[in-house]
Amino acid sequence: MSAADASALRLALVGNPNCGKTALFNQLTGSRQKVANYAGVTVERKEGRLHSAASGRSYAVLDLPGAYSLHAASLDEAVTRDVCRGFYPGEPAPDVLVCVVDATNLRLHLRFALEVRELGRPMILAVNMMDAAQRRGIAIDLAVLEEELGVPVVETVAVRHGGARALVERIDAMAAQPHAPRAQLAEGVDLHAETRRLLALAVAMPTRTAKIDDALDRWLLHPVLGIVALAVVMFLIFQAVYAWATPLMDLIEAGTGAVGEWVGGALPEGPLNSLLVDGIIAGVGGVIVFLPQILILFAFILALEESGYLPRAAFLLDRMMASAGLSGRSFIPLLSSFACAIPGIMATRSIQDPRDRLATILVAPLMTCSARLPVYALLIGAFVPQKQVGIFNQQGLVLFGLYAAGIVSALLVSWVMKKWRRDKSEHPLLLELPSYRIPHPRDLLIGLWERAMIFLKRVGGIILALTILLWVLLSFPAAPADAVGPAIDYSFAGRIGHAMAVFFAPLGFNWQICIALIPGMAAREVAVSSLATVYALSAADDDAAAQALTPLISDGWSLATALSLLVWYIYAPMCISTLATIKRETNSWKQMGYATLYLFALAYFASLVTYQAARALGAG
Amino acid sequence: MILTELPWRTPAIVESVEDHGPQDSIARRLRELGFVNGEEVEVVAKGPLGAEPLLVQVGFTRFALRRSEAARIRLRNGAAA
Repeated sequence: MSAADASALRLALVGNPNCGKTALFNQLTGSRQKVANYAGVTVERKEGRLHSAASGRSYAVLDLPGAYSLHAASLDEAVTRDVCRGFYPGEPAPDVLVCVVDATNLRLHLRFALEVRELGRPMILAVNMMDAAQRRGIAIDLAVLEEELGVPVVETVAVRHGGARALVERIDAMAAQPHAPRAQLAEGVDLHAETRRLLALAVAMPTRTAKIDDALDRWLLHPVLGIVALAVVMFLIFQAVYAWATPLMDLIEAGTGAVGEWVGGALPEGPLNSLLVDGIIAGVGGVIVFLPQILILFAFILALEESGYLPRAAFLLDRMMASAGLSGRSFIPLLSSFACAIPGIMATRSIQDPRDRLATILVAPLMTCSARLPVYALLIGAFVPQKQVGIFNQQGLVLFGLYAAGIVSALLVSWVMKKWRRDKSEHPLLLELPSYRIPHPRDLLIGLWERAMIFLKRVGGIILALTILLWVLLSFPAAPADAVGPAIDYSFAGRIGHAMAVFFAPLGFNWQICIALIPGMAAREVAVSSLATVYALSAADDDAAAQALTPLISDGWSLATALSLLVWYIYAPMCISTLATIKRETNSWKQMGYATLYLFALAYFASLVTYQAARALGAG
Repeated sequence: MILTELPWRTPAIVESVEDHGPQDSIARRLRELGFVNGEEVEVVAKGPLGAEPLLVQVGFTRFALRRSEAARIRLRNGAAA
């Protein structure tokens, strides 16, 4: 077979959740990955290329969603089932299935491997995490397993360099000579019985659980200490987002400033100069500056996920979330929504129960996404003094408060929805708590890289386009020659802003804020770049325009206005991509309409109350 | 005895999973996860509010089950593991 033929060979990684499949996928494909969706559904499709140095062949590797069974109980599992069987529309059947099992969890994972073997397709069994198994004194006779299963069996250590070399050798051998499994279950033999037989033959296990898991769970799942630990972890994350990102953000700010000055000096005065400097560089720079905070937040979420702590948090919070009409499983989607509601809403696919899933989708936009961080950061930076309160940073405390307000609101909203429905049916939890693991830096880096690219693509596409559109609205029509006020008063945007300001005046929003709200609907973080553009163009002289946004607003706005805008952003349905995702995931305009309406109403009334109360207290 | 009645950290043996109603997908999933006749189980932790959910060790794996889910799991009488 020539190399060109072999390159068409398709591998699919299949296995239980928590078998280390994705780490193995990263090990096999490195950075040569493509992330997209399966046709017609929003299940994430990860494909990469594996190049075997030994044989010179290359393979297309598909990382299928984790599944406990081919009797699918969720959308993810249904995709895995259909792709494995070769029934998925537009998805060619994989040539070789690589079934990944966790060496420390064979009782559960081997049963699924047997189910996969019954499909009768060429298959390799990768017994993963052999390092962890050895540390626990688990002895696995791979030769016996291979003999009994009738498929090639190979050990892998996904987190060790070269830990998949033996697997690649077996893949090469299978590619040269594909063959179906040499054994099948006899009619009527129970998969559990067969799993036990295999374990008795091939596996010696001194203890059923790892000592370290027992010890950690005793503390981290403790009714009191566990909750305390969870609160401390969450609090540290938000402090870190603020404290660690600052030096990097200063660097980026200085960088965009320098680029703006250079471009401004190199080009002749005129509309093009204004578009580049005031529009594009000020606008896009104002958003990129928040990349460090977003990446730090994502780094924590990824590390918690990889370490196995997130399901523990779900365990601790399940009862509380269930009484609010959610489930412990909602915790992970909602936590992802802190980065961005879109992956958060997409992550609700792992909630099998339709009601729990819908409730989670509808409240996910209340979680403070990273796109709100720029707005919060700007306002907190301008209005909250940089002081230490005990050991804490006062600005960090305010940020924590805003996040907490979002969480409390989400619980209240889902509780109201639950009461509204008067639903008495049962909604299962059934959540696996995997062994604790030290996250591998490579897996964290690949995850972070994906997130950074998604963010930068948004900046590059939507945000850039809107920044330019806004600049046009702000700059035309030009002011007449005998104008007295700033030119912006005569522009389209100035007129729109003044008109909207009537409606938003009770909330304390001035017309500059109103203008910034419009492009902010496409992506919340654009509101900051819009404010930057609005103020850059409306400044009476060049000196004022050259200044940063922070001193401008801290002089120009009252504290009540700032608080009102902060509260507005806790609730506002100000992100079209989120609404589009809700529509796609619920497949219902009605649900999207509900979400938009209730978020807008909450935002308006909460801001109204905040502004009026703050003014009454003398902050007007 | 059913699993919800099992004291904390007391090993026991599963007898069966009962269907609650026809087409009980929760019961089927429990069986797929390893709650089948002869399997050893143990309640290793309980949630902070109302002892819900239960953390149940079965095989080499731990699952968080709500009490209503655990109530489907019938244990062998008097047969400590």
